[in-house]
Amino acid sequence: MSFPWAEHYTPKNPVMKWVDERLPLPRLVYNAVGAGYPVPRNLNYFWNFGVLAGVALTIQLVTGIILAMHYAANAGIAFDSVEHIMRDVNSGWLLRYAHANGASFFFIVVYLHMFRGLYFGSYKAPREMVWLLGVVIFLLMMATAFMGYVLPWGQMSFWGAQVITGLFAAIPVVGEPIQTWLLGGFAPGNASLNRFFSLHYLLPFVIAGVIILHIWALHIPGSSNPTGVEVKGPQDTVPFHPYYTAKDGFGVGIFLILFALVLFFAPNSMGHPDNYIAANPMSTPALIVPEWYFWPFYAILRACTMDFSIPFTGIVIIPAKLLGVMAMFASILLLFFLSWIDTSPVRSGKYRPLFRKFFWLLVADVLVLGYCGGAHAEEPYLMISQLATAYYFAHFLIILPIIASIERPDPLPGSITEAVLAKSKNKSDAVDAVPAAAAAE
Amino acid sequence: MATEVQGTDAVVGEGEGVRRRDFINIAAVSFAGVGGVAVLAPLINQMNPSADVLAQATTEVDLSAIEEGQAVKAVFRAQPLFVRHLTAKEIAEADAVDPSTLRDPQTLEDRTVDGKKQWLITMGVCTHLGCVPLGAGEGENRGEFGGYFCPCHGSSYDTAARIRKGPAPKNLVVPPYKYTSDTAVLVG
Amino acid sequence: MVRFLGGLVGLFFAGMLLLSFIWGAVSVVPVLSEHGKLVAPTAESEFHEHPRQVAWSFNGPFGKYDEAQLQRGFQVYSEVCAACHSLHQVAFRSLADLGYNEAEIKAIAKAHQVPAIDPNTGEATTHEGTPADKFPLVYPNDVAARAANNNAIPPDLSLMAKARHDGANYIHSLLTGFREQPAELLRKFPDAKTGEGLHYNPYFANLNIAMAPPLTAEGQVTYGEGQPKPTVDQMAQDVSAFLMWAAEPKLEARKSTGVGVLIFLIFGTVLAYMAYQNIWAGKEH
Repeated sequence: MSFPWAEHYTPKNPVMKWVDERLPLPRLVYNAVGAGYPVPRNLNYFWNFGVLAGVALTIQLVTGIILAMHYAANAGIAFDSVEHIMRDVNSGWLLRYAHANGASFFFIVVYLHMFRGLYFGSYKAPREMVWLLGVVIFLLMMATAFMGYVLPWGQMSFWGAQVITGLFAAIPVVGEPIQTWLLGGFAPGNASLNRFFSLHYLLPFVIAGVIILHIWALHIPGSSNPTGVEVKGPQDTVPFHPYYTAKDGFGVGIFLILFALVLFFAPNSMGHPDNYIAANPMSTPALIVPEWYFWPFYAILRACTMDFSIPFTGIVIIPAKLLGVMAMFASILLLFFLSWIDTSPVRSGKYRPLFRKFFWLLVADVLVLGYCGGAHAEEPYLMISQLATAYYFAHFLIILPIIASIERPDPLPGSITEAVLAKSKNKSDAVDAVPAAAAAE
Repeated sequence: MATEVQGTDAVVGEGEGVRRRDFINIAAVSFAGVGGVAVLAPLINQMNPSADVLAQATTEVDLSAIEEGQAVKAVFRAQPLFVRHLTAKEIAEADAVDPSTLRDPQTLEDRTVDGKKQWLITMGVCTHLGCVPLGAGEGENRGEFGGYFCPCHGSSYDTAARIRKGPAPKNLVVPPYKYTSDTAVLVG
Repeated sequence: MVRFLGGLVGLFFAGMLLLSFIWGAVSVVPVLSEHGKLVAPTAESEFHEHPRQVAWSFNGPFGKYDEAQLQRGFQVYSEVCAACHSLHQVAFRSLADLGYNEAEIKAIAKAHQVPAIDPNTGEATTHEGTPADKFPLVYPNDVAARAANNNAIPPDLSLMAKARHDGANYIHSLLTGFREQPAELLRKFPDAKTGEGLHYNPYFANLNIAMAPPLTAEGQVTYGEGQPKPTVDQMAQDVSAFLMWAAEPKLEARKSTGVGVLIFLIFGTVLAYMAYQNIWAGKEH
C-alpha cells in the first residue's frame, strides 16, 4: 500500500497461507480494512460514516433480496403483495419496515459522510477521484431510492413516478417522447412498475461495485484527517485494525440503536400516509412530496417559477419548468467540479475561519431547503426556497472560489502527531489546573 | 469479526489488567456474534409458508356426487388429491393380494377408514419423483393393476393405490382426513 | 476555466432565483396588505382542525391493544361501517388476534358471502366464507360504489389508520366531529357553504365530507355485559382502535421485539465502547 511502514500480511495458519498463495484475497482484505492499512491516528467520529454507509447498504441488500421473494411486480397486485408481506409472511413486517427505514438511514449516513467531506476538505487533491466516485454513488442511490419508492404502488408511488418522469418532459423537443419511453406508456403502469423493479434490483449491485472503486481510490493516498495535514510518518498513523475496527464497532452499535428506535417504535414516521392508499390514476393527492431525503432538491425544482426570457419581447429562452429541472440537476452535478472550484490549499475547515462561516450558512441553507421541499408549494415557502436556492448556487460557484483567494487561514499544525499532542497537552493542563487530591497523590 | 481479538495483544500493556481487558474484547465480539446469529432467524424463517398459505391447508370434499367406479381430483395443499369410489370388484382385487408380498406392505383397511372401505382418498403424487399419475380421470390409463399409472417412469399402482411395479418406493400417500358427515370429508 | 464557467452558471441560477424571489415578493404585497398574511386565507386554512389526541392503550413503547375494545370496535364496524366500507386486506383468520376462538371466527366468516366459481357451471358465484378468506368487497367495483353512494366511493378501511396522518386519532375525531357549519365561516367565506349531500366536519381535509354521520345516538350498537356504555364517543374510540389493529396487526409483536432488541443493542454498544477505550488505551488521539 501507499505507506512504506504498513504492516505486511503473514498468514497465521496453513489454510490461509494455502489460500493466499492461490488467491490473495486474505491479503487484499488485510490491506484494505485490516492491520495492513495505516490510518491517521486523529480521526474523529465523523470518520465512522463510511463504514456505517456500508452497513446500511448491507441492510438494504439483505432485506431487499428477501422482500423480492414475496413481492409481486404487477400493477394489479403489487399493493396487495406488500400488504401480504406486512400481514402474512413470517417476520415480513420486520423486513419491510427495515427496508423502508433502512433507505432513510442510508441517506442520513451518506449525508453526514458528505458533510464530513465538505467540511474537512476531503474532496481536495489528491482525493478528487474518491469524491467523484462518491458523487456517482450518491446519484445511483437517488435513482435506486426513487424506483424503490414506486414499487409499493401506492398513491405517492404512482404520482411520484408521474412527476419525476415528468421532469424529463421538460427537455425541449425530445422531452415527451423520453417520458413515454421511460414509462413504457402514457402514464405510469405495469410496464413502468416492472422496469423500475428490475432496475431497483440491479442498481444496488452497481452501487456496491462503485463502492469498491471508491475504497480503492481512497487507499492510494490514504484517509484524510481532521487537520487536513498529510501523514508524515509512522508516528502519525495507527493500523486500521484493531484501532478503527473497534471504533467503528462502537459506531455501528450507536447506529443500530437509533435505527431500532425508529424501526420498532415509529416505522411510519418517515413515510407518507398517502402511500397506504392504493395507486389511483384518477385522483391526485393534495400534496405530492418525495421522500424526505429528496426535499432539498425538490425545493430547488419548485423554486424556479420564472421563465428565462428576453425582457419586453415575450421571447422565452428557457421556460420555468425546464429551468427548475436544470437547477435541480445542476445542484447535484456541480459537486463533480468541487475539487477544482475550491482552490484553497488548506483542506480542513478547522483552519479556515471565513470558509467555516459560509459552510455553516450552507448547512442551514440546505436544512431550510429541505423544510420548504416538504411543505406545500405556497408562500412563504416559495420565496424562502428561492432565496435559499440562490444562496446554494452562489455558495458553491461564486463564494467558494472567492474565499479561496482572499482567506487567510489559521496556522496549520506541523503534523498530525503535533496536533494530537497539543490537544492532549491542553487537556492535561486543564487537569493540572485543578489543585485537588490528584496532585496530592 | 473473530480476528478482532488477536490484534489486541499489541496494545494491551503487560500486567494484571491484561486478562480483564481481553475479556472485554472477547465479550464484545461474542456479543456481536450472538446478534448476528439472532438476526439470521427471521431471515431464514421468512421462507417458511406464510399465514395465508397455512390457512388454506385444509380441503373439503363432497362425496355425494362421486359414483361407484369413478374418481375425482381435488386440490389439497396445492397438490392433486385423488378421491376414488371403489367398486366391489376393485375392493376384492385389493383384498386378494397378500400384503407381505408388496414393496410397501399395507392392506386396503390400513388405507381407508373403518366401514368406509369403498372411499380411497390418496394424494395424486407419485412417490417416485412427484408426477401426477393417470387413472383418476375418465378413460385414463389405469395401468396393469387397475389403479393408477404414472406415465413419467412407468410406476403402476393397484386399486388400493399401492405400488406394484416400476420405480416408485412407496404407496400413494394417504393424507390425514376425517368424515364431517356421511358424504363429506375434511382433508388436512 | 472551470471556476470561470462555474461562476457564470452560478450567477445565472442565483440571478434567476433572486429575480423570482423579487417577483414573488412583489406579487405577495397585495395579498399581504389585504389579509395581513402571505397567502389568502381559505375556509380550509381557517377552519380545519387537527385530530384530538386520545390516550390509546396501544400508545407508547409498551403499548398493547385492548382485546375487549377491539371486539367492541369490530362490532361497531360490522353493524355500522360494513354497510358501505370494505376491509379487504384483512382475513377472517386474523380475528384470532381480537381474542375470538376458532368456532367464533368460523361463524363470523360464514356470515359473509365471498366470491367463488361454481364448480359445475364455472360461473361466478359466492359461497360462505371460511377463516382463510378475506373480508369481501362491499361493491364489486368503483363504478358500483360510486353509483350507490351519490358519486362518492366509500374507501376500503383496511389501512385507513395508516393512510391518514395521526390515523387512529383522526378517525375518532372525524366520527365525532360532525356539526353545523359555523356561522362565522359562512360570514367570512359565503361561497364555502356545505354542498348538497355533503356534511360539515372540521377534521376532514376540505371540511365537507360525503359520508353522513354514521354514529348518531347512544346505544346505536348494543355492547355486551360488563362493557362500557356505548356513547357515540365510546363507539368512535372503539372502532378507531379496531381500525388501527386492522391496519397494523403486528403492532404488539413489533413493540415487544423492539424492546428486546434495544436492550440487547444497548448492552452490546456499551461493551463495544469499553472494547474501543481499551484498545485505544495509552494511544493519544
